[in-house]
Amino acid sequence: MKLYDGGKIIVGLAVFLAFALFPFYNNIGKVNAKPEPKTDTPVIQEWEKQYGKKECVESKEFMRMEHMQLLNNWRDSVVRETYRQYVSTSNGKKFNMSLQTGCMNCHSNKKKFCDECHNYMAVVPYCWDCHIQPKEKEENKS
Amino acid sequence: MSMDRRQFLKIAGISSILGFGATAVSSAKSPVFETLAPPQVEPGKDALIAKRWAMVVDMSKFKTEEDIKKVVDACHHTHNVPDFRNPDGTADTKFEIKWIWKEPYERAFPGAENTYMGEHLKDMPFVVLCNHCENPPCVRVCPTKATFKLTNGITMQDMHRCIGCRFCMAACPYGSRSFNWVDPRKTLKPEFENKDYPTRTKGVVEKCTFCSERLQAGKIPACVEAAPKGAMFFGDIEDQNSEVRKIVTTQLTIRRRPELGTGPAVYYIIGGSEHA
Repeated sequence: MKLYDGGKIIVGLAVFLAFALFPFYNNIGKVNAKPEPKTDTPVIQEWEKQYGKKECVESKEFMRMEHMQLLNNWRDSVVRETYRQYVSTSNGKKFNMSLQTGCMNCHSNKKKFCDECHNYMAVVPYCWDCHIQPKEKEENKS
Repeated sequence: MSMDRRQFLKIAGISSILGFGATAVSSAKSPVFETLAPPQVEPGKDALIAKRWAMVVDMSKFKTEEDIKKVVDACHHTHNVPDFRNPDGTADTKFEIKWIWKEPYERAFPGAENTYMGEHLKDMPFVVLCNHCENPPCVRVCPTKATFKLTNGITMQDMHRCIGCRFCMAACPYGSRSFNWVDPRKTLKPEFENKDYPTRTKGVVEKCTFCSERLQAGKIPACVEAAPKGAMFFGDIEDQNSEVRKIVTTQLTIRRRPELGTGPAVYYIIGGSEHA
């Protein structure tokens, strides 16, 4: 078997592989920082003091998996059915169904709470095109 | 392996049945896809509840332009409605968003003017807003059910579902709907921003919601709150003891273009008595 223009082909292949594999060898040894959403806002700490533990509208595991679906259901309840209060199935407490004045009232750290995972997973929810995000103090510091 | 047409169709058929069957089983299991219903959700504890919300506007109580402006501003600030201005400070009507606004008699009640009516009467200002029709044409034409009737009579809209087709704008005979041609946030000054209410985004249609969110929190609409004493009333027209019902029963009221059969829920009095 004879390889015509072998030199060029091999050089070409080497260059191609160098480009194509760049993302892989560039990241060898670097561990991607795992997202660590923070729940240490003043309101949540106040809650922890009052009730002895941190708790959300549902269990942590449920919220991790299903918060998007829960938010969709909340939206339908508020806009289409005019219900405003959500009765938690995990702790029986009542919560105001509202992204801006409910969720973000406790989780006022959008950057360290929402964006931390969303950026890691490269998901871009369009919540904040309309809903007004909380003003964060870190913005001024950095 | 060679396969003839008959065999291929058999295998394809069987595998698609298996495939569909599997998705049907797995989606049926997840409880979060069910809509929330009481007792898991409930109205707010102060929520105002009615069978059919309605409004009465007495234009004679609006003494000055300032009174009208106050009402419009109260609404527009509450709902983060943008205010587009030309460089010289006049209102830029090209991208205008209106929830509640001023309209001369002639245009608010077309067909109701007389030949010899004086200019001052034709130009008499009226405060107009979405009529929250009994039979709203905008709801009928909406292809995504983004606009719909609530059980309390409010013609509501879900901005998340709006695709910006503007059928509703073409259908509404009152011009109550506005399209966001540009990002409304660009013109919103931070001091006019209500942090408790969202803005809209480019490409959706919006209008008055009879302050659905305020009713849920036990407050009357922002315009009624800001109006001069006795100029605007809000209540349940199905409730015999409500103020709006009493006014509509005892006084001559007019509605905008009732001949169209839309059944507006905003009633106007022209020159009402001291207590309306």
